[in-house]
Amino acid sequence: MSTFEPNIVGFLCNWCSYAGADLAGVSRIQYPTNMRVIKVMCSGRVEPGMVLELLEAGADGVMVTGCHIGDCHYISGNLHTKRKFALLQRLLAKTGLEPQRIRLEWNSAAEGQRFANLVKEFTEQVRAVGPTPLKAPTPDAAKLLNTRAALAAADGFRLRALVGKEEKLVTEGNVYGDKVAQDEFTEAMDEAVETEFQVHRIHIMLQERPRSVKDMAKQLGLQPKAVLGYVVALRQRGWVDVKEAVEGTPLYAAQ
Amino acid sequence: MAPRIGVFICRCGINIAAYVDVPKVVEYAKTLPGVAYAEENMYTCSSDGLNKIKEAIKKHNLDRVVVASCTPRTHEPLFQATCEEAGVNKYLFEMANIRDQCSWVHMREPEKATKKAKDLIRMAVAKAALLEPDDEPEIDVIPSTLVIGGGVSGMRAALSVADQGFDVTIVEKEPALGGKLRGFDSLFPHKQKASEVLEPLIEKVTTHPRIRVLTESRLKSVYGFIGNFDIGVETGKGVETLKVGTIIVAVGAEVLKPRGLYLYGEDPRVVTQSELEQLLHTGSVNAEKIVMIQCSGSRSAERPYCSRICCNEAVKNALNVTEKGKEVYILYRDLQTYGIHYSRLEQEAKRKGIRFLKYQADKPPTITAEPNGLKVSVYSPTVNETVEVTANMLVLSTPLVPVSDAKELSQMLKVPLDSNGFFMEAHVKLRPIDFATDGIFVCGTAHSPKDIGESVAQALGVASRASIPMAKKRVRTAAIMSQVDQTRCSGCGTCIDVCPYNALRKNEKGLAETIAAVCKGCGVCGATCPEKAITMHHFTDEQIQAQGLAALEED
Repeated sequence: MSTFEPNIVGFLCNWCSYAGADLAGVSRIQYPTNMRVIKVMCSGRVEPGMVLELLEAGADGVMVTGCHIGDCHYISGNLHTKRKFALLQRLLAKTGLEPQRIRLEWNSAAEGQRFANLVKEFTEQVRAVGPTPLKAPTPDAAKLLNTRAALAAADGFRLRALVGKEEKLVTEGNVYGDKVAQDEFTEAMDEAVETEFQVHRIHIMLQERPRSVKDMAKQLGLQPKAVLGYVVALRQRGWVDVKEAVEGTPLYAAQ
Repeated sequence: MAPRIGVFICRCGINIAAYVDVPKVVEYAKTLPGVAYAEENMYTCSSDGLNKIKEAIKKHNLDRVVVASCTPRTHEPLFQATCEEAGVNKYLFEMANIRDQCSWVHMREPEKATKKAKDLIRMAVAKAALLEPDDEPEIDVIPSTLVIGGGVSGMRAALSVADQGFDVTIVEKEPALGGKLRGFDSLFPHKQKASEVLEPLIEKVTTHPRIRVLTESRLKSVYGFIGNFDIGVETGKGVETLKVGTIIVAVGAEVLKPRGLYLYGEDPRVVTQSELEQLLHTGSVNAEKIVMIQCSGSRSAERPYCSRICCNEAVKNALNVTEKGKEVYILYRDLQTYGIHYSRLEQEAKRKGIRFLKYQADKPPTITAEPNGLKVSVYSPTVNETVEVTANMLVLSTPLVPVSDAKELSQMLKVPLDSNGFFMEAHVKLRPIDFATDGIFVCGTAHSPKDIGESVAQALGVASRASIPMAKKRVRTAAIMSQVDQTRCSGCGTCIDVCPYNALRKNEKGLAETIAAVCKGCGVCGATCPEKAITMHHFTDEQIQAQGLAALEED
């Protein structure tokens, strides 16, 4: 029996899941003590970056709960939660952290027992995965870098704009009436997630100290050509530039 | 200026203090950054507790308040009002839920519960330090009420609301008004005919100029908030939309038909109390010896509750059939003939020779169908032997159970059901007919089994509760809303796409702005804005971040 007690943060929407948690209390249904709750008005308020930030800071797991689909107090808020959570899962996959560290669930105000079961299940799920590798003072450096890059990507314009437009593009179409098929969108999203993740990973590395493309390619396990492509993109954004050339090899640094 | 936060930690009698080491938590709270004062209260929500908050605000010059107690869903408005009275804006208040989400759910782990309570308070303090004062916009209230259910509770509530001068729509799923009362013969405690109560009421409701009745209709959708609900009703002719300011849930309950229990559904001589009522009504009770069994299907593992009305209904029906010369036995577990009227009826029944036989839950009566009658054998703990009675009719006192669509309705209205499936009030003592959601109220047997007098008392209560915001014409809505930073907005319009209320629009510069009265504060736009240009009041990025990071600190 593991004695590891995971630190879990739960985002609960005010109307359904927080009320369901209160109902578990009123009904005196017992569940593990590991989860610390943050109340938000709607689960759609939860940004992928908020969850990644908590993981970066050493949370062992994060759960997001909202109203059941179709029952959202704000009509469609949880549809956005669902899309944002899918983006979060894509980004988490890049970090090397286990996918079991996050979970999205729907829980109504009438489901006290279900809420207690969810906390219990998620606590056991995270306990089985083990302590986070990101916890200070000895975090796994590669995974920490990845998580920071994922966080920066999640907070960046491109992914936020894409996930924000997703619901409308897939269900209604753009201003010209062109509807995008879900799988086409998913493909575009996958490409964007990969690019943004790598771009931010390199940006963070260059904020630490100037490096050459070859040096970074080695550390990141990427082809030098790919890294160069990202560096070019970073230069276009004005985030990095050549700092100096050492024996004919340019060293790049963050601006 | 550094914040001066006051932390008030409620013992809630023993509800919190028996599982959380409150004095230890108070000492801990005093060490948190920004906390200028901390104390414990026996009940922070009592007038004594509220006065202590006000005194402490003045004495210690507090500019923010944290109460660690029950749930903000029931008590936040009370504490916010107290803060306002002492000159602290209500949006500078924060709660830590250390009862419903801590002491009550970790009763067997007091040490861990104490640690969690500290963590929750640390999180609340971290958020409180970043809170900002806000003003609330006012919105108009549509002067119209929706009553769901046209039984005696729904009709009485509708009449009372309509008499105050507001429009009412009753939505009833059956073809006629009247609810369960239609199946009754007479009413306890005064043996009045049910039709004498029901018919004048239906007459008044159907002729009232302010009441509209939609029969054979069902609720299809509910959107909106107090003052402005959008309702979809499925009528025979399609879906009708209504705009109402308040909603009353009066859907009543159903009588359990316990197929298989005591040969019910297998032998026609076994009926429920409500079926006996109908036989009495048509004058066709053809049995000389009748046995009634109380708690048939209630106070069991499956349905642990007492249905409250069955003992009185049994005594009433027993008296009615005794008058017709029948012999009656009532087998009971504990006779619950409470109050002035019902205990008198019980005395009368005993005087008139109705026999009461106690049985034990673990030794329920056994029934054998025989050609000449139903043989009832029951062990009586009072005389310590098995008693046998052969009856011509067996009447089961079955409980009221929630209506079959209670769950569907509760999800549509976003209000909770209790563990038995009945609609649950916001607070059992202080808000017994409100839901936690503003503008929605409950009365009658939708809430729990109760008699007509009790149902009507609640119906009149909800009529008053539902009329208050309509009489005031305007309600203040929360200042929890979005605000667009015009210097950061790029005019991409994504926020406008995701807002379910069309609460954002582009201004003359092509930049987004919030329409305050329309915004409901969900925060989806804030979470979506690609430029992070939207601030969600009272749930800002920084506040949520501070709360989350505080959760991960060690105490």
